[in-house]
Amino acid sequence: MVKVDTKVTLCGIELDNPVIPASGTFGYGYEFAELYDINCLGTFSFKGTTGEARFGNETPRIAECPSGMLNAVGLQNPGVDAVISEELPKLAKVFNKPVMANVSGFSIDEYVTVTSKLEKEPQVGWLEINISCPNVHGGGMSFGTDPVMAGEVVSAVRKVTDKPLIVKLTPNVTNIAEMARACEAAGADGISLINTLLAMRIDLRSRRPLLRNTTGGYSGPAVFPVALRMVYQVSDAVSIPVIGMGGVSSAEDVIEMMMAGATAVEVGAANLVDPFASRNIIADLPGTMEKYGIRSLREIIGAAH
Amino acid sequence: MKQGHFTIKENTRLTPTTWRMTLEGDTSAITAAGQFINIRLDGHFLRRPISVNDVEDGIVTIIYKVLGHGTEEMTSFAPGKTLDILTGLGNGYDLDKAGDRPLLIGGGVGIPPLYLAAKWLREKGCEVTVILGFNTSEEIYYVDEFSSLGCEVLVATADGSTGIRGFVTDAFDAAGGDFTHFYTCGPGPMLRAVYDKVFKTAGIAGQMSFEERMGCGFGACMGCSCKTITGYKRICKDGPVLRTEEILW
Repeated sequence: MVKVDTKVTLCGIELDNPVIPASGTFGYGYEFAELYDINCLGTFSFKGTTGEARFGNETPRIAECPSGMLNAVGLQNPGVDAVISEELPKLAKVFNKPVMANVSGFSIDEYVTVTSKLEKEPQVGWLEINISCPNVHGGGMSFGTDPVMAGEVVSAVRKVTDKPLIVKLTPNVTNIAEMARACEAAGADGISLINTLLAMRIDLRSRRPLLRNTTGGYSGPAVFPVALRMVYQVSDAVSIPVIGMGGVSSAEDVIEMMMAGATAVEVGAANLVDPFASRNIIADLPGTMEKYGIRSLREIIGAAH
Repeated sequence: MKQGHFTIKENTRLTPTTWRMTLEGDTSAITAAGQFINIRLDGHFLRRPISVNDVEDGIVTIIYKVLGHGTEEMTSFAPGKTLDILTGLGNGYDLDKAGDRPLLIGGGVGIPPLYLAAKWLREKGCEVTVILGFNTSEEIYYVDEFSSLGCEVLVATADGSTGIRGFVTDAFDAAGGDFTHFYTCGPGPMLRAVYDKVFKTAGIAGQMSFEERMGCGFGACMGCSCKTITGYKRICKDGPVLRTEEILW
């Protein structure tokens, strides 16, 4: 058996493999560490963190769809101070790699405050700035649908951190390439996409939206081809690394995303259906690489272009 | 929590809309009455969370109501079929709080987890009273099973077709004992009525099992959170059982 190389480099930090559980599907990591050794991961992106503690939206905030699900959680999190004082120390006991910190906010000031606090945390390797949450009002996705506003957020957080800055984009735009270029021009070190697709369902018995928030974000295997197309477009539009995500559920999906232009790949909804999904995808990677004649994952990034 | 493959041993209809399934596999993660399992079904993205009705030496029993496409499909599963299941989910009831004379109150599809609670409370030597509420007599199930455990069973039907006419709270008035603690599971409006009558008015503390639409069922997605006096809780992981003292309506 030929030894295959799964290593990739993301914004100057080497990953053992490109598989990264996505924010909002992996908590702050330590709960999955009860199930398996999470050091097998490339890294993971922790739960979207805001300046203050948030409950999020009222329930129900989950609905099922063909080949996927809707969520309207709305950024429930304990707030950045509690994340630093309580969650990160627990994580440090079970994870010895740099972690990706997902930063969310409702104003430029909030993004800056959260970023500057997480900037001081040694275990934070990358900051993933979430300007794409579809489930909150007056922040989140509204920054990610206007290239000027996106550029303003990125410029502001760029001033308070030297860590690699990855901007997480929403697919709910007309021109994803333009959004990515605006973030690159404002100082982003990487782009991750896609966040969930704005969607809804109606309960036939009550004749009302199934989600209390009316709309939610669609994720799961159904969105994979949409995500793949956008990753392909964005990797053409920018010269910074791209992290692909959206419905990734297998080692084949990881490879396909990388061929579209992704340097690393986030796994989201799959973790919620099978808590071992990310570990299993990583275990399957070498065999799948051999099957397709891939010696090193680095060599296939953008191969489809 | 454990993930495992279970083989269906039996899948039978109890009432026009309620079925019982017994499954064989590794049940070691199931440690408390009131916990649930999460079943993966082909063709459906999310698992189906269903409470544990009984567990014994590698056999777990569930009772499920046909509510949608997933549970409808489950009725067609034949013995021998294997299912991918997460077990040992949720906190379950704390039976150490029961005292000598616990009261169990179950409504409709909320009755199944109380059976395991009743069984283990009887094994501890408690004198157990059970109130079971149904809409109508054709929906009644498990009365004999609770009686066989040596529980005193009171049945209420909303249409009066069997037992006490009315709701479980009317049966509570009729029961009139000095109960030491209560355990309940049932539809949201029933839980609220039980909370008001048994906890607030009668002053008996208890444990209530809640239901919410879940994503993962093991605490990762924050889909099923609720607010309590002691902070935000995930129904799937910090619940489904909450203590009366911590509930916010």
